[in-house]
Amino acid sequence: MTVVPRWPALLLLAAVAIGLALVPVFGETYAIKVATRMIVFAIFAMSLDLLLGYTGLVSFGHAAFFGLAAYTLQIYSPEYEAVNIALALPVVIGVTAFVGALIGALVVRTSGIYFIMVTLAFAQMMFYFFHDSQIAGGSDGAYIWVKPVLAVGETILIDFEDRATLLWFALGLMLAVYGLLIMLLRSPFGQVIQGIKVNEHRMRALGYDTYRYKLVSYVISAAVASLAGFVYACIDGYISPELLGWKESGIGLAMVILGGMGTLFGPIVGAVAFIGVEELARERELVGFLADHFQIIMGCFVIAVVLMLRNGLAGSLGGAPRAKPDPVETEVPGGEKP
Amino acid sequence: MSDPVLATRGVSKSFGGLHAVRDVTLDFHTGQVDVVIGPNGAGKTTLINLLSGDLPPSAGRIAFRGRDITTMPPHRISQLGIGRSYQRTNIFPEFTCMRNVWLAAQSRMRSSMRFIRPAHHRKDVAARAERAIDLAGLSHRADTVAATVSHGEQRQLEVAMLLATEPEVLLLDEPLAGMGPEETANIVALINRLKATHCVVLIEHDMDAVFAVADRLTVMVNGTVLETGTPDQIRESQTVREAYLGDEMI
Amino acid sequence: MDLTLLLIQLLNGVQYGLLLFLIASGLTIVFGIMGVINLAHGSFYMVGAYLAWSLTAWTGSIFWALLLGVPLAAMLGLLVERLFIVHLYNRDHLQQVLLTFGLILIFNEMQSIIWGDDPHSVPKPDFLQFSIPLTEVQSYPAYNLFLAAVCLVLAGVMYWVVQKTRLGMRIRAGSSNPEMIQALGINTKVLFATVFSIGTTMAALAGLLAAPERSVYPGIGEQVLIISFVVVVIGGIGSIKGAFVGAMMIGLMDSLGATILRAFDDVELMSGLSVDNLTSVTVYALMAAILLWRPAGLYGRAH
Repeated sequence: MTVVPRWPALLLLAAVAIGLALVPVFGETYAIKVATRMIVFAIFAMSLDLLLGYTGLVSFGHAAFFGLAAYTLQIYSPEYEAVNIALALPVVIGVTAFVGALIGALVVRTSGIYFIMVTLAFAQMMFYFFHDSQIAGGSDGAYIWVKPVLAVGETILIDFEDRATLLWFALGLMLAVYGLLIMLLRSPFGQVIQGIKVNEHRMRALGYDTYRYKLVSYVISAAVASLAGFVYACIDGYISPELLGWKESGIGLAMVILGGMGTLFGPIVGAVAFIGVEELARERELVGFLADHFQIIMGCFVIAVVLMLRNGLAGSLGGAPRAKPDPVETEVPGGEKP
Repeated sequence: MSDPVLATRGVSKSFGGLHAVRDVTLDFHTGQVDVVIGPNGAGKTTLINLLSGDLPPSAGRIAFRGRDITTMPPHRISQLGIGRSYQRTNIFPEFTCMRNVWLAAQSRMRSSMRFIRPAHHRKDVAARAERAIDLAGLSHRADTVAATVSHGEQRQLEVAMLLATEPEVLLLDEPLAGMGPEETANIVALINRLKATHCVVLIEHDMDAVFAVADRLTVMVNGTVLETGTPDQIRESQTVREAYLGDEMI
Repeated sequence: MDLTLLLIQLLNGVQYGLLLFLIASGLTIVFGIMGVINLAHGSFYMVGAYLAWSLTAWTGSIFWALLLGVPLAAMLGLLVERLFIVHLYNRDHLQQVLLTFGLILIFNEMQSIIWGDDPHSVPKPDFLQFSIPLTEVQSYPAYNLFLAAVCLVLAGVMYWVVQKTRLGMRIRAGSSNPEMIQALGINTKVLFATVFSIGTTMAALAGLLAAPERSVYPGIGEQVLIISFVVVVIGGIGSIKGAFVGAMMIGLMDSLGATILRAFDDVELMSGLSVDNLTSVTVYALMAAILLWRPAGLYGRAH
């Protein structure tokens, strides 16, 4: 009935989280940045998994929300002082969710292949919007000169200028997203979207207004993606239209498939593994002149994943959550953990 | 007789040049099992699809308790209390039987836009689902993945899902096809039990079952209603005899 | 705005529309018959454009480049089908999207390795170097007319192939009802390979033809791919007629819409955003409007 991760998955998740948390203790700036990117994309991939793996909507334009969030933060941030996270985060989530609702209201009307193409086209529309206009630097991109802080009155509690703080904040966000999505999937709403994925027509016949549920799922997914964009913009403080581009969207899909679609845990593994491979592919000592053309390695990697890894890493590692057979059975006290 | 629960007035459906259903005017009442019979291609399933909102009619009107539902989408028709089962098994194959029925039962929550508490904490839904799966005689398969149970059991699952939505009107499209004799007897008994408080519209080919449950028979041929009447009237009807039943049936 | 300018934009729109049709029809046929969504379709346009550049440099004429480039592109299409696409039949769209996404990454880097990252222009043939004067100050380049004419002829040939030949019959049967192909006992292996190769060759041919007019630079493949998606979505996936109507709409929208919006380039909507910044957005707005009206496109079959 509900999405219950098996204990090996939770154990591995804990190992990944601890490993990432320790990076600032042992690693250099570069390692911290890579680890933070891994966390960012883990959040992004989870947001995609809600659509792909649990609602049955293949979005090929999800980076639009990732990038939009980054842009919103840049535009909202004052030029010479730090923006307060307590204000900026709700604004970023709100703007992204709002745009997600507008676009979603249109794209959710379509299905299958149309959905793929239309999500891509809308993302591209937003890409050109930022690329052609002079808002936030146009095609050149723009900087967030002073990183956001979390402040109460005059006291600064969290300062993203410190890379380790940013990483830990991102990690906390990732774990929170994981927990929230599991809660969501176990809720009546979660049951409905999973039903829609398997047989939408039957869900309609059972009396569900499937359009509304798909739209809400789309908006939630956009809001989660905005968290990833928010943190990403703080890593280097630099944003550009490419963040909304179709390549980012494609990479997100690749991470979900690599880790295992419909497992929620898999996309975390997929994001970490994908960025890990990307780092290796840029290592000149390892790949020689191809380091300048590392996308060729990533292309081969993506193709290999599609052809060889049907269930994703999480499936192979036994990390896939299982669908509990029976709602009555799950009422056994202590019978499940989130 | 009381006002009909469900009524069609001159309902037609054509696909391109093909007239699947032509000018059908029928009344359906609570406390009565209406069986629609006719050869393959007579338009019986199309008629059910029109009543359930799966297809919009090309012409004519459909009313539920006097309210026009002609152009209503299927989910709203379902919420009004008109439920259907499918001729071609239409389930959630990768879920367990219980989860299939659960989704049907949960559809009667006021709204499923509930995001926080786990679904299985809903005792009302659980009770509804269990009663439905029990009525359909499928309790022993509750925890089995639906794709792996026998064809006959999947047919029972169809019925269980329909019952779990607690409809007033049951549109049953060949529910018995593929069931064994024991299950058939079970479902026939169930229909007879439900009819006191429900309006049942049944499409069926199994003539023994038809005469065991039918209060009224409607014979469809080539998309039109040939005749409507009690089973005895239909048995005696010369028109029906010539057009459809022939000698093989009775 | 004066009338000659309008005429020029109209011609540009029609010519761009015809070019888009050449590309989008390949995409739509491949999807209609094989059920494969090929993101790498734009990459074949890119390959065509770069072939035009290097072959023209080598042979001295775009016509030799066309003559050599088309068979090369057809072979490349066949190779890609045999190596990669063949694994995608009966797989879901997500896997098709991802595998062909991987192909784009490879194609782009190959382009970077083989041809470098600088933009190039391809010389027009001498006898098409001139422009046709329309008024004393305005004229229309002859090559653009030639390009439109060739695209029109190709569209005509395609119409003839689809309507009158045996292959066309199979293509029609396949796009309206993919099961029919199996039922008719047609060798799907050969048909699919042929269709994919033809579809991608059309994209490459468009790239070859357009190169002298639009120049050659990294990233053109994706630009073309996404606009073709818009065309196909507007027309209805799998419909060749839809691709034609969609392509013409986008072509005209692009050139006329841009002209109209550019007239308002001094109007600022907000700081940093003037009306003419929205030119690239207009075609997507058109698509959105059409989808609101018909979610399966103009000529698509509703699922």
